Parts: sequence; structure tokens; C-alpha cells
Amino acid sequence: MHRVEVRLKNHLPDARGAGLVKDIRDLGIETVSDVRVIDIYWLDAELSSDKLDLICRGLLADPVIQDYRSDSAIPADADSSSNRRVVEVTYNPGVMDPVEGTVMKAVRDLGIDNVRAVKTAKRYLIEGDLDNGQLDSICGKLLVNPIVEHIVGPDTIPFSEHPQYHFRLNHYNIIDTDGSGLAEVRRDFSFSEPELKAIIDYFREQGRNPTDVELETLFQTWSEHCVHKTFKGKVSFSGAGIDNLLESSLAKIGQVVQWEGLWVKIDNLLKNTIAKATAELNKPWCLSVFMDNAGVIEFDEKWALCFKVETHNHPSAVEPYGGAATGIGGVVRDPLGTGLGSKPILNTDVFCFAPPDLPHEKLPKGVLHPRRIFKGVRAGVADYGNRLGIPTLNGAVLFDERYLANPLVYCGTLGLMPSELSRRGQQQAGDLVVVVGGRTGRDGIHGVTFASEQLTEESSTLSFTSVQIGNPIVEKKVIDVLLQARDKGLYRRITDCGGGGLSSAVGEMAADTGVRVDLEKVPLKYAGLTYSEIWVSESQERMLIAVPPDCIDGIMRLFDSENVEAAVIGEFTDDHRLRLFYHGELVGDLSMEFLHEGIPQMNLEAVWQPSQHTEPDFASPDDLGRDLMKVLATWNVCSKEWVIRQYDHEVQGGSVLKPLVGKDCDGPGDAAIIRPVLDSDRSVIVSNGINPKYGEIDPYWMAASAIDEALRQIIAVGGDLDRVALLDNFCWGDTRRPEMLGALVRATQACHDMALVYGTPFISGKDSLNNEFEYEGNVITIPHTLLISAIGVMADANRAVSMDLKQVGDLIYMVGETWNELGGSAYLATHDLVGNSVPKVDAPRSKVLMDNLSTATVKGLVRACHDCSDGGLGVAVAEMAFAGGLGANVKLEQVPLGESIDRDDFVLFSESNSRFVVEVAPENREEFENTMGDTAWAVIGEVTGSGVLEVYGLDDRKIVNESLTDLKEAWQSPIRW
Amino acid sequence: MSQVRVLILRAPGTNCDMETVFAFEQAGAMATRVHINQLVRGDECLSDYQILVVPGGFTYGDDISAGRVLANEVRMGLGEDVPRFIEEGGLVLGICNGFQVLVKAGILSVNSGSIPLTLTDNDSGRFECRWVHLAANSASPCVFTKGIDRMSLPVAHAEGKVVFDGAVPEANIALRYADEQGNCGAGYPYNPNGSMADIAGLCDDTGRVFALMPHPERFVRGTQHPQWTRRSIGEHGDGLRIFQNAVRWAEAL
Repeated sequence: MHRVEVRLKNHLPDARGAGLVKDIRDLGIETVSDVRVIDIYWLDAELSSDKLDLICRGLLADPVIQDYRSDSAIPADADSSSNRRVVEVTYNPGVMDPVEGTVMKAVRDLGIDNVRAVKTAKRYLIEGDLDNGQLDSICGKLLVNPIVEHIVGPDTIPFSEHPQYHFRLNHYNIIDTDGSGLAEVRRDFSFSEPELKAIIDYFREQGRNPTDVELETLFQTWSEHCVHKTFKGKVSFSGAGIDNLLESSLAKIGQVVQWEGLWVKIDNLLKNTIAKATAELNKPWCLSVFMDNAGVIEFDEKWALCFKVETHNHPSAVEPYGGAATGIGGVVRDPLGTGLGSKPILNTDVFCFAPPDLPHEKLPKGVLHPRRIFKGVRAGVADYGNRLGIPTLNGAVLFDERYLANPLVYCGTLGLMPSELSRRGQQQAGDLVVVVGGRTGRDGIHGVTFASEQLTEESSTLSFTSVQIGNPIVEKKVIDVLLQARDKGLYRRITDCGGGGLSSAVGEMAADTGVRVDLEKVPLKYAGLTYSEIWVSESQERMLIAVPPDCIDGIMRLFDSENVEAAVIGEFTDDHRLRLFYHGELVGDLSMEFLHEGIPQMNLEAVWQPSQHTEPDFASPDDLGRDLMKVLATWNVCSKEWVIRQYDHEVQGGSVLKPLVGKDCDGPGDAAIIRPVLDSDRSVIVSNGINPKYGEIDPYWMAASAIDEALRQIIAVGGDLDRVALLDNFCWGDTRRPEMLGALVRATQACHDMALVYGTPFISGKDSLNNEFEYEGNVITIPHTLLISAIGVMADANRAVSMDLKQVGDLIYMVGETWNELGGSAYLATHDLVGNSVPKVDAPRSKVLMDNLSTATVKGLVRACHDCSDGGLGVAVAEMAFAGGLGANVKLEQVPLGESIDRDDFVLFSESNSRFVVEVAPENREEFENTMGDTAWAVIGEVTGSGVLEVYGLDDRKIVNESLTDLKEAWQSPIRW
Repeated sequence: MSQVRVLILRAPGTNCDMETVFAFEQAGAMATRVHINQLVRGDECLSDYQILVVPGGFTYGDDISAGRVLANEVRMGLGEDVPRFIEEGGLVLGICNGFQVLVKAGILSVNSGSIPLTLTDNDSGRFECRWVHLAANSASPCVFTKGIDRMSLPVAHAEGKVVFDGAVPEANIALRYADEQGNCGAGYPYNPNGSMADIAGLCDDTGRVFALMPHPERFVRGTQHPQWTRRSIGEHGDGLRIFQNAVRWAEAL
């Protein structure tokens, strides 16, 4: 074995180390003056000094900036010094650093074939006076995450033999009347009692006991994550509003029954709300909805768009970097595995964290600090997404204390594919089962069940096999080569290996045919995996395809030509059975019917009662400038430039409207626009809407507001509602509690109602339930969180509009009515209040308003447009003003009101939906107003060149007079890390 | 006159190949994406092309250091093919990751290779995606920047800082980071990575091998500019000139 150390030359600044110095300061430790990071490589080989030197000089070290030393040249007391601490960190056994494989490849390129393995580590030299407690703090909070890493000494031998696996078939004894194995089943799997009963009945009928891999298969396939059993359950809903059946849509989505009060029985929530709206709208441009890995709509005559958003919450809570990276890696495989495969062209990411300024002492045991989670998640998503060459053009970051132990990480991917390949494929008996891409390790075993369960203080120790680092380049190679195979017609069907691993992917793909799989043929990362582990492993970067026998040679040659690993692991049959073999021994045999239809439908109770929150009792401040700054500086409203800049939003060359816009390219754009086909002007608009704060008052209006917000952004950038598709992503608490499920029913009901009126179908969705954390006997539940993601097709990118004010003397319009709707607002939050007047949506009127505004944009009458969301008119106009670098005067008395409001602060910060601030050139005034027709609009001010935002109150008194520099600074400074 | 043929080199992690093909097509050339394995295995031949491009991406994940592993592979796998290609008058362009590859493979060298030079971590320690202003050096023999005075292009990288020992001759510095007025020495974020001498793009002594950190292929149409909704940008982007210059030069071969 050889050990190589590569370090920057002493006189050069260490950028990685400088970042750590900053992070250490954030921990409140001021004494660290410098950190240097040394890269360690261990090579498992016996190399001559010439060859070792060739590897060091020619590969591992850059002689211009780095020094290296190896083996005996490293002194025993290397790097020790009185004022310096040395910490060396490496990945745990089984956690693969992608660099190790790359070094192996590059060493082979050098003509050296006898290196058996490579292992990496980082050595940190920390300069400064530190006591042991401080050092522990730095290690624990910054350098080491025990889930994936550990500290090693200089004499460590990092290579360990993986034990061989000796085959033994395991059964659980559950069919005997004594049921002696039942306790073991309950210990190893968390089936519900009805599920367990169905399983016992099935195996009694078969006259035999189940094997472990059969129970694993059922456990994965029947998990909430895979089968969405809550959304498909039978729900009995009761509570406030139910007696108002005629006015609500409840009677449309369920059956009304009288039993100790009024109840609405909903048989399959998904089918009767979200999917129902899609079915009723029946848009001809919806090509594939709710049936494949992603939803598909028509883009133009030739191309289709495919869109999916997923969550990767639980893994990100315990290992933010790896959890989030594999989140993006996973969602990218969804469009790739939809139809016959689409090319990923855009990523969108929405994160919810606890506030980053949370004092460390308030942190529950086993929970990572929100700042560390934020930084890790950001880095994981960026490193993976950037490496795949997919632009991240859209997203949001939200904060609430209740996300402390359950951060939410939504990752979404848009794909592009030829329309004729947008339908899910169909394999035939005799087609081969081929797994492509990454090798299988003990990664993420029981990841889906982990995802569906509550986190506890022990999660971080129990879940160590659930997290992996991810290797984006393997995934990139898989994408490159599969798209070529698709165009050559070399496979008949494709899906991704995600939650539940091969178990779910093969099981689902073969549902309507049958399959036999030889588990020993799955390529492994290392020896020692049991047949069952191979089957349920969630190792990343794997896709599954069905290949006709006469195409197998061609496709394997293609894979080989770009060094992509693939293996034939079985064959599709026509016996409607799932049969698993390990070296010829039958280890699992289930009927497809039982596997996919055997799960008993859940019976769930849901209730909803509104809660009452304290209303504000303070007077409207005379000077609202300070309040405006305060709102701009809240975690939720403030600039996210620090995150956005670290994503590549330009790769693929399609971006038309970027996430950061305006004079200095730092204003907050509303929605992103990309041109997926470079020589066409047809474009896609991508937006999102999310506002968990409203859900505390009423999840119905939260969902309605999220949809309105996503659509507003599409309108604001110049789109229209003609071809807009939505995705729903619910992150919720434990829906086994009736009030939690009641809130979910309210939200899905709104999705149904809004989609119908706006004419915007849902095409796919996802849910992550059970986002709760048990801590010292208390349960922290996340706020009800619904992310609505929207894509809109835009006929001509040249009519796009950005939000920055552009021309002195232009008129500023307020479009849409302002109501006394401060409930859940950013403004009330600065007073630690929630309130009750949640923003509502008058969808029929809003639709007319949005249509008219679209027409005005197409006519070229709109110079700038920004939607009013968090922080209302005040934040919208401030952002437009500083993004444009000009100035603005605004009069609140001109603002069109829906009801009487007598407070300046409420008019300025109301978060009423369906509102826009629009800049119009004076010469277009008449035409713009004619186009807007009898919807609510008014001129509320004009663009100035003063560099100041002036707002006049209802009595025409100046209530805001702030320089744009100050406003922008307030908005930018919170996350300038 | 036959159409100029451009080889866009692809390797695991290359991700700007498609838009680079598009940019060369806009400039009138025929661009083909070729995997490194095809060249190494002899299925494709470099001498069938007039322009070799190493496009942007994260080849081999930027593992070890950006561009290092592909540089090694090009050096070991293609041997004398690339030097011969240049010798015989071919043009070589490296964009972003391609810059890192060309430098680390020794294909782009300065003053006959006497100046040790490399690219390393941005001073910010971060990957950053932003638009920058560039000033071209009219005294440079660079074929690609001929006639260009100033440009706006996006950068998106984590390891774009050019560092060297000694002095890089003025002629090799084809492109510098600048402020809005074209002045160098403006500091961060105008110089987004802390590059010595504000170097954004370098050419070899012949001017036929050129590499830059900014992405010209991401600005060939006006609507790719971040401010086209604010002011008139024109139909074409600044980056197109680089591709047109290369194609015109190759046409004259």
C-alpha cells in the first residue's frame, strides 16, 4: 500500500481552507487563523518508486501549484506544530467516493495496471489556539458527518476485505397457527395489521411460508413512497364547511353520508380530486398523465415536455450533501425513465429549512444545524446538477422553525423528448431485463421505508445504510448512451431504479407480463451482499430497460463504446409471476396480482376545524420604510443570490429569462424561461408556488394560493394559461391523525377546484407524508407544505418580460384587487403573528385578469411585470425598483381595493392573490387600459430616476422614503455567505 | 470550397457539446460530436477535421482537479495526433473545462512551454455562474479573437483562476476580464476567479490554439443575454464572432 499527500504550495492561498475558516467563525470560534486542506490518496498496490512518482507527478499533483510526498518521504510527525491541530477524515467503509474510481481509471491510462483499489481522505491543518472542546465542535459540526465519514490516524490501513456471502435461504414462519414467525415479521417490517393479514392469507393459500426476499418485495412495493396508499385510501371527511356542501366542491369529490353528523366519503383521494380535474379538463395536449414516472405534455409538433418533482427529505436531514445530491440524481432519472426516455433540460429546486441563525444550544440531539443542512443541500444539488450539465433555473428557499429536523428538499427535472416516444413502452415475453449504469452496493437499503417513517433522535444512527454520496458522472454517461440507444430503437421499455431499487423497478415493469431475475447477475460494488440486499438496494445511477433479444448485442456494444456498465439480469415472461433466483435456487415467487393488487385499501378518517390565531393589535406605523426593510430582510423574502450563483443556469444555452435579472443581474426574476430547441423561439416557462404559512389558517387557501402564485409568475414573464401543466408535491405530517388528513383533503380539494377554473391540469405529483420528529416526548410536525410546480409553453420567447423597472417616466400600474388579507403574511410574521385573514382566490375573475394581461404582453404593452407575493405590493415594487436601478413613486390611495382598508401597512403588505405590478410606457396607456378591460387596475405611480422608493399613504402622506441602495442592501445582506 | 469540419470532443462529463455544435453551425461549419474512445480506438480520425474543440463540462467529475484526467487520457491515448494536427495548421479551441484540459495536457502552452501555468480554484472557493465583461487584446496573434474589442459572456466554473510562474507574454493573453468600460484590474466580481493578470483566455504562440473560461457558445443569439429585456442587444450574441473567426480562418486553409 502507498500513501500520497498532495498539498498546495505554502505561499498559495487555500480557497477550500478559507471557506472553513469562515464556517468556524460562524460557530463562534474566533481563534482559527488559517486552515489548509491536504488531499490524501491510498493506493492498494506494490509500485516501484518510478511508477509511484509518475502517478504523483503526472496525475495527482499539479506541479505548478502543489507539492506531493509519498510513503517514507512523509515524516512520522508530519504537520505537527504547537499551535496547529491536524484532523484526517475519510469515508466509512462502503461509502464510495467517486474520486476513487476516477483515479483507478486515470492510473490505467498511464499504463499502470496493478493498482487494486484507491481510497481518499482529507487532512485538515487548523491553525490557532483551540481547546479540545472547540476542536470537537469543529469536527462534529463541520468536518465529519458520522453517517458517512470518520476520523482516521496516519497509520490507518483503509482497505478492508469484504466478507464473502454464503447463501442460505431464509423463511419467516407465519402460516402455522402458532405463527411463531409473526413477531419476527413485526420486528423486521412495519406492515399494518390488515396488510399482514393479507400476506398470511396469501401464503396460507400457497401452502408455504414466505422467504425474506418475498416479504422485502411486498414491503417495498406496498410502502407509502411507492404506492401512495394514503392518497388512494378510503377517506371519511368531516368538519367545518361541510354543511355548506352546495357552495363547496366536496359533493363532487365524494359521497355525502349522514352518520353522527355529515360526512363525505371519498374513495381514493387522488382519483377524486387532482386526477379528476385532469380527466375533466381532458386537454388534447396532455400526452401522458399520472401513469408514468413523469407527466408529459406536447411542446410542438415534434417535441414533448416531461416534468417531475420529487422530494428527498429524510436522507437530506441526516446527510445533507449526499441526500440532496442523490435527490437530484433520482429525479433526473424520472424523465429519463418516462416514455422511451427524455433528455433532462432543466432543474428546479425548492428547499425548506429552519432559520439559519438558530442558536446551536437549541439544537435537539441527533439533528444537524439548519445552516449546515442548507449549505450541504445546496452543495449536493449544485455539484450533482452542474456535473450533469442541467441548468438550474428555478427554485425557492423557505424557512420555518418546524423544518428543523425535517428539512424539505424538492428536486424537479424537465425533460424533452420526441412526441412519438412519449408513451410508456411495452415489453414482450422473452425480452431481456437489463440494468444499466451504477453497480449495486449496500446503499440505501430500506430507503423508501425510511422515507415513509417518522424521524427520531436515533435516526441518524439507524439510517446509516440509507445514504450514499452519488456519482453524477456515471449518471451522465448513462443519459448520454441511453438517449443514443433510444434513437436507435434498441430497447422497448425503460424505467428508473429509484426507491425500492430493483424490487420496485422490475416489479412494476413486469406487472402486466411476469419476469424471472437471476440476482447473482447484478453487478456489485463489493462482495458480501445477500440476494435480498441485491434486490432492494437503492444504489444510485441505475436504469432498467427491456431489450428484445435481437437488439442485445447492439446495445451492449453501444454501452461498451462509452464505458457504461450494463448486465442482463433476467427475462420477461408471460406467466404473470415475479420469480427470483440466486445461482439457480428459487428464492422468491409471487403472483403479480397479489404483489400489485393485494394491498388492502386503507380506511382513514379526516376532520378539519379552522384554528384561531391572534390578530394584530398594533397601529399602522407612521414610517413604513423600516418595516419594508425588515420584511425585505426576512429569511423568506431576502435574496437567494448566494444559492443561485452556485448553480449553472446557462448550460445547454437555452436560458431566455434567468433567475437573476435587472441592471446588475441580481434582481429576483419571477419565472424562468428556456428555449429547449436552440433554433426555435418556442419556449418553456417554469415556475413554482409555495406558501406553507397560509396552511396554518386554511390548507384550502394555501393550495389555491400556491396555484395562483405559480400561474401569476407564468403570466408575469409574458406567458399565458393556454398550455400550462401543474405538478403537486405534498409534504405533510402524520396523516394517520384525522386532523392532519383533514388538512390534506382541504388542500387536494382546492387543487381540484382551481385546476378546473384555470384550465391547468395536473400531470404528475408526489407526496411525502410523516414528516415528524419525536424529541424528548414532543413531536415537531412540519407545516403543511404543498409545492405547486408549473410549466407553460410560450409561443415566442421574444415577448418575454422581466421584472426590473426600465424607463424613467413610465407608469406603474397595480393590476388586481387588494383585500384585507394579511393572514400568514410576511409582514405579520415580522410581528410574530399569523392572523386569520388568509388570502383567497377568486379564480374565475383571476382567470379573466390573467388572460387580459397576457394579451397586453403579447401586444408589447408591458415593459416590466412582477407578481405580488410574499410582502405584497411593498416588496414587489421595491424589488422592481432596485432591480432596475432607477426609482419609483407610488400612491396607496390609488391602489384598487376589494374592500375598505384604512391602514397603510395593510395596503402595502397585504398578500392578496392574483395581483401584478406592471410598468407601461405613457404612450401605451390607452391601449393597455383597453386591453385590461373591466378587470381591476389603476395607475398607482411612476418610474423615477431618483434612486429612491417613495410611497404615499392613504392620506397622501409620505410613508416610505428609502434609497434603493439601502433597500437592496437590506434584501441582500442576510444570505451573503 | 467544402464545409469546415469541426470535431467536438466528448468524454464522460462533457456537457456543453450540443450548444457548441449549434454555435459552430450558426457560424457555417459542420460540427460532429466525437467521443474520446472513438479517437483512441481509431474509429474517428482527427486529421479529417480542421478544428478541434474541447467543450465545457465536468469531465470525469473534475476529480483530482478539473480537466486533469481527460488531459491525461488525451496525452496518453492520442499521443502525437494533437501536436501533429496543430503542426499541420489545425485550430484548437478549449472552452471552460476544455481550457483546463488543454493546459493540463500541455497542448496550450505559453512561450514554447517555458512558463509553468495552470488553472486552480476560484479565489471565492465556489462555483459561480455570472456574466462578465471581456477585453480582447488586439496585439495577440489569436485567430479566434481577431477584430473583437469587447464582449460580454457568461462564466460558470469553480476552477478558473489562471496562475503561472514568471511572466506570460502579452501576445498570449488574448482575453482579459474587465469592467463595463473595458478596464482591467477591476477586481472581483469583474474578475470572477482571481485570475492572475485578469486572464480570461489564452492562446499559444501561433495563435491557433486558444482557450477561455467564459462560454462563447452560450451567447450566440441576442436573447441569451441577461439584459435583452432591458435594452436592444441585436440578433446575434458576442460569442458568435469567436466561432465565425475560426470557421473563416479554416475556410481559407
